[in-house]
Amino acid sequence: MFEITEKRELAHLVKLLKIRAPRIAKKRKAGQFVVLRLNEHGERIPLTIADSDAEEGTITIIVQEVGKTTAMLSSKRKGDTILDVVGPLGKPTHIENYGTAVCVGGGIGTAVTYPIGRALKDAGCRVVSIIGSRTKDLLILEEEMRSVSDEFFVTTDDGSYGHHGFVTNVLDALIKEGMKIDIVLAVGPVPMMRAVSEVTRPHGIHTMVSLNPIMVDGTGMCGACRVTIGGQTRFVCVDGPEFDGHEVDFDELIRRNRSYLKEERMAMEEFAYHEGPRCYEKRGGA
Amino acid sequence: MDPKEIKERMKIPRQPMSEQDPAERVKNFYEVPHGYTPEQAMEEAKRCIQCKKPICVGGCPVNIDIPWFIRLISEGKFVEAARKLKETNALPAVCGRVCPQEDQCEKVCVIGKKAEPVSIGRLERFAADFEREHGEVAIPDIPNWTGKKVAVIGGGPAGLTVAGDLVKKGHKVTVFEALHMPGGVLVYGIPEFRLPKKIVAAEVDYLKRMGVEIECNAVIGKLETIDELLSNGYDAVFIGTGAGLPYFMNIPGENLVGVYSANEYLTRVNLMKAYQFPQYDTPVIRGRRVVVVGGGNTAMDAARTALRLCPEEVTIVYRRSREEMPARIEEIHHGEEEGLKFQLLTNPVRFIGDDEGRLKAVECIRMELGEPDESGRRRPVPVKGSEFTIDCDVAIISIGNGANPLIPQTTPELRLNKWGNIIVDPDTGRTSKKGVFSGGDIVRGGATVILAMGDGRRAANSIHEYLTTGEW
Repeated sequence: MFEITEKRELAHLVKLLKIRAPRIAKKRKAGQFVVLRLNEHGERIPLTIADSDAEEGTITIIVQEVGKTTAMLSSKRKGDTILDVVGPLGKPTHIENYGTAVCVGGGIGTAVTYPIGRALKDAGCRVVSIIGSRTKDLLILEEEMRSVSDEFFVTTDDGSYGHHGFVTNVLDALIKEGMKIDIVLAVGPVPMMRAVSEVTRPHGIHTMVSLNPIMVDGTGMCGACRVTIGGQTRFVCVDGPEFDGHEVDFDELIRRNRSYLKEERMAMEEFAYHEGPRCYEKRGGA
Repeated sequence: MDPKEIKERMKIPRQPMSEQDPAERVKNFYEVPHGYTPEQAMEEAKRCIQCKKPICVGGCPVNIDIPWFIRLISEGKFVEAARKLKETNALPAVCGRVCPQEDQCEKVCVIGKKAEPVSIGRLERFAADFEREHGEVAIPDIPNWTGKKVAVIGGGPAGLTVAGDLVKKGHKVTVFEALHMPGGVLVYGIPEFRLPKKIVAAEVDYLKRMGVEIECNAVIGKLETIDELLSNGYDAVFIGTGAGLPYFMNIPGENLVGVYSANEYLTRVNLMKAYQFPQYDTPVIRGRRVVVVGGGNTAMDAARTALRLCPEEVTIVYRRSREEMPARIEEIHHGEEEGLKFQLLTNPVRFIGDDEGRLKAVECIRMELGEPDESGRRRPVPVKGSEFTIDCDVAIISIGNGANPLIPQTTPELRLNKWGNIIVDPDTGRTSKKGVFSGGDIVRGGATVILAMGDGRRAANSIHEYLTTGEW
């Protein structure tokens, strides 16, 4: 059993949870993830580790309510427990002094961009960050991200805060202004990562993205998380989660991530029915 | 035994084991065979003529004293029979169900030359079930601690065997299991209707009561490395991490929605209980028409699992003929009874999807058998122009597994073969790294539960020797 030691709301439907997992906290590096299962009837879902504190023995995850499991996880309180937490899984982000690194975070993807940005900053990179969300209320980790950045940009799709537009608009402008970019690391919704990769492709800027496919075991056994990278089948749980954005078949990933839409809706409806109107209300905002 | 008695015993027919009716069982996940009654078991046990030099023992990868335990059954001493079994086999209720006895002990049984061999597997199952169901499971005396600690990586058949053998020798053993539940392929792979999970849980519980510690959610190679285990108090390590990433065929459309590896499909249904969705949260695409590619036991398990999820049709597609199918005859037979269809001498060429990337058909080509290949089996060759399609919305690919890379990635001294499997001395299970042993599918690349257990047995003996002498 893994205890939740802290819980905060970061934005509408987005929660930060600190979980006591001392051994994972000791080993974890930026870019890695855990697989967790809430209870005996639960499914196994992968979530990126946003932060860890080896002394305190905790890891931090950031979760957005998108279905039954994430809704249940979000409703947990400080002192509650999670049945299973496995990790740290996946290869850590390759960190070195690249020169200028642009860290792009979209939505809760910023939860992953932040530790990467911090590690890059520590390695001596000049860190330029662009984080974005649909609207101001959904923006997370702004101060944290700003604190590790030499240059910092915020975008919102609806213009309620920062630049009106997408993260790719800012990235495109920086490239056109002649900024010398050595690497772009982008984490967020799949369409955003695809858009970032398309912006950098013509300029030959090395672009890494962190993929979030459906997983089951997460340890290199089942093959559920397979993706096509440069025409080859690769497994995100052991070969990733980070890959060269110019090589990823994003369309396939989007289709595979929609495999269980029908079942997910059914599970959520059943859950909402049993949990009462509280969840219907939450779903309205999702 | 005098010749007259042998003659009498030879007259006893092999006792059949009753089963759930196929039409009924295909709608549920309960176990298919019911097991022997005590009377049937005693009658069957009398068929054993108690050979002075029993060849059957040599046919068993863990060398169970077969005539002895069978004699105990024939005398009605069922609990004693179970304890005799457990002297050499920590998981008899499992082996009695899933071992390919027809290729091992029963294959060499002397009775089998004139009549049907003694049903050794069914008797093993009976004794183990009787002991458990009657609450008679006793824990053997465990010697004082030797002062040595062993880390076993992977809680499947190989690892559990090593753990059971070594605690009985007085060593402390911790099993590190990556999943949330121990058992390995016994819980994620082999379906409930062939091996009820409560039986695996009971056999694991037996090991725990003997003193084996089991730590779940522990991915060695990530959470800790082998070197860290060795420098943190463990005197030896056994690697039994099992099957790795599934092979695919590298044909177009393999990543369409609805195309599964057998590992994923079986893990969803068995370990995660997707057949009880939405009571359990993990979904699986049930499908209307299901195609399973492959001819081994895993393919049969996947196909028979698919049948129970109530589609219209489940078809096995296998590139050779029935004679070459590696699956147990019993499994093929059970599948046929349950309505499984076969497209033999057939190989998929590509998977075809709809606009949303969901599988809708598989294009296949007919094959014919050519000259024998390295394996001695006749090589299947495509018949030109024989392409045809099978409509399907689920396809399950069951053509084997590669090796899991997590431990080799962090343990560079481990020697691997070209497929990434760990190289060991076959007699001792020793790897190229001092104090580290290995066995089961991570060495063999894909075999059976009992072969993994046999590897575990040999490795446990040589780990004990290493811990006692310190010699490598």
